[in-house]
Amino acid sequence: MDITTHFPTGKIAHERAMRRKRIGYVWQILFIFATVIAILFLAILLVSIIDSVFGYAVMADTLPVPTLIEGRESLDELTRPELESLLKENLSRGMLRKVTYDKALEDRDGNDLKALVEQYVIQPQVLRTWGLWASLTEQEEIRKFAEEHPGSYIMFRNWMTPSFIIAAQSSNPLIAGIRTAFLGSMWVLLVTFLFSFPFGIGAALYLEEYARKTRLTKIMQLNIFNLSAIPSIIYGLLGLAFFVRVLEPFTSGAVFTAGEAAVANGRTILSGGLTLGLLVLPIIIINTQEAIKAVPDSLRQSSFGLGATKWQTIWHHVLPASIGRILTGAILAMSRALGETAPLVVIGASTFISVDPTGVFSKFTTLPIQIYQWSARPQGAYRNIAAAAIISLLVLLLVVNSSAIIMRDRITKKKRLER
Amino acid sequence: MTDILQKIPEPGDVDQAMTDEKKIISIDDVSIHYGAFKAVQNVSLDIAQNKVTAFIGPSGCGKSTVLRSINRMNDLIPSASITGKIFFDGHDMYESSVDPVLVRREIGMVFQKPNPFPKSIYENIAWGARIHGFRGDMDELVETSLRQAALWDEVKDKLKQSGLSLSGGQQQRLCIARTIAVEPKIILMDEPASALDPIATGRIEELILELKEDYTIIIVTHNMGQASRVSDYTAFFMVDENRSGYLQEFNITEHLFLNPKHRRTEEYISGKFG
Repeated sequence: MDITTHFPTGKIAHERAMRRKRIGYVWQILFIFATVIAILFLAILLVSIIDSVFGYAVMADTLPVPTLIEGRESLDELTRPELESLLKENLSRGMLRKVTYDKALEDRDGNDLKALVEQYVIQPQVLRTWGLWASLTEQEEIRKFAEEHPGSYIMFRNWMTPSFIIAAQSSNPLIAGIRTAFLGSMWVLLVTFLFSFPFGIGAALYLEEYARKTRLTKIMQLNIFNLSAIPSIIYGLLGLAFFVRVLEPFTSGAVFTAGEAAVANGRTILSGGLTLGLLVLPIIIINTQEAIKAVPDSLRQSSFGLGATKWQTIWHHVLPASIGRILTGAILAMSRALGETAPLVVIGASTFISVDPTGVFSKFTTLPIQIYQWSARPQGAYRNIAAAAIISLLVLLLVVNSSAIIMRDRITKKKRLER
Repeated sequence: MTDILQKIPEPGDVDQAMTDEKKIISIDDVSIHYGAFKAVQNVSLDIAQNKVTAFIGPSGCGKSTVLRSINRMNDLIPSASITGKIFFDGHDMYESSVDPVLVRREIGMVFQKPNPFPKSIYENIAWGARIHGFRGDMDELVETSLRQAALWDEVKDKLKQSGLSLSGGQQQRLCIARTIAVEPKIILMDEPASALDPIATGRIEELILELKEDYTIIIVTHNMGQASRVSDYTAFFMVDENRSGYLQEFNITEHLFLNPKHRRTEEYISGKFG
């Protein structure tokens, strides 16, 4: 008797198998394609930023060296007494006082004097800039442009210099830097972290370990999910209405120091940090809840079974077992806060400020706001320094993330050794 | 077989046998609900001191639920509620003045799946003692606890290593050592060997027989052989048509296994269902 089967056999079975494999191949190719597209766009982003950071610039001096002193062609040929006298002759009295107040001319070294002369006397101006690619391909055009502007000269510039990182904000793109914005970002991030981390973990612990699963906690949970999806600008409006206006005496520092209140009003680092803290709070809560949920219940059971209290169980077992994941989430939330622009614009972060923040009651600007402001300017050189600032921000994000991952790995490793 | 038959005492009434024992736990008409679901109904039974009592029965018969109500672990399940009384040394454990945290020190628990803390072997033992304010020599306590759990010789050179680095059977003995380190009077064991291989199971069974010198042990098991090997008394739980568990029969182990009074008990222990 033949054994009958409802499955295809022989050649048909083979063909079917081949077809199933082909379908698998098609999907695989689609997935590879998706990955390639993603990487391609990232590469385009990086290339376009780097393209703006290097390149030729056609510059012209407001007061070229030959017109200042006969027979001298460049700054390097000037002697020290000449430099000093140039500064004394050409600087306004107020500016000279400011410069000498910082450090007397006699005490400054040659390079310092040259920089001062360049900045305040010669005052080079950028006429036009080119990106790296254009600098390589359109040299003829650049030369022509320079010839059309008498007194101008071509210079290959790297906009991302060490002095760009440490210089304060300035209205002159040649000497402007990101120090002010960087410090502002750091201060805001500190406030954000100190606010959102303890509150986020506290709320997550309450919801996961203490709260009964009632209708009320379910509604709260749903709202936390919703809050994490609210556009950041809405948080900005909340921050403006609540931290900047209602809590002004507090956020401006008027409650603590009577004098400064009029200057700062509520648009301070404290307001900005708290606003961003609210923004990332739901993210931290949800992430911490997930981390706590991942702790196996058997761990709690064994702790309770020994007669431990709820807090002992949480402190000695639940938190140590979940701290790695909690930290990872908190770090990602901080990265988000570091890159946020819209809410800070709404609460009124300063777009131009050249004074470093000194505390939580200072006015401030942050890196993303600085980038936004520079890239919106019409003069070409600002776009170049905006690109340089973007690179700084990306590097900063990379450093924050990787240092946090290293820290987290250390904690988990230490824990593993203690076992 | 003839040896065993000769050792069997005359089939007698369980109440008569229990009068000779000191009762450490009295479960009096206990019913346990999970929300509206009645998991266990009207269970009454006594636990003899320094004896091993086994809870057996088919899945879902509520034997683990009864076990967990003895050290108030059911309190941790928000929907669970209990009626009736459980007396421990003559005191009602469910009175409002009783702190479950202190109950659980007196009545320790070993779980189905070995669940040592993700800490060192030493810390696994020391932690429980520390939270209860132990003031003595911790090294000594760790050693005696591990010796009692028949684990000392295997781990004495690696006390700093993680408890999770041990084998399953060793982990379970570590959990037993951890439990006895806080000096309980009673140890509850919820299928302590069901996740272990036969050799590790054998060692746990030997250990249970040694431990009953110092502790009262209540063990839930699915393994009929295990119940007959280690226990002095056996409680057989059944489940009714509403999926609600009840105590079908409670007797001296030999009597229950060789002379079951109820047809269901006989069918269960002979493997006809379960």
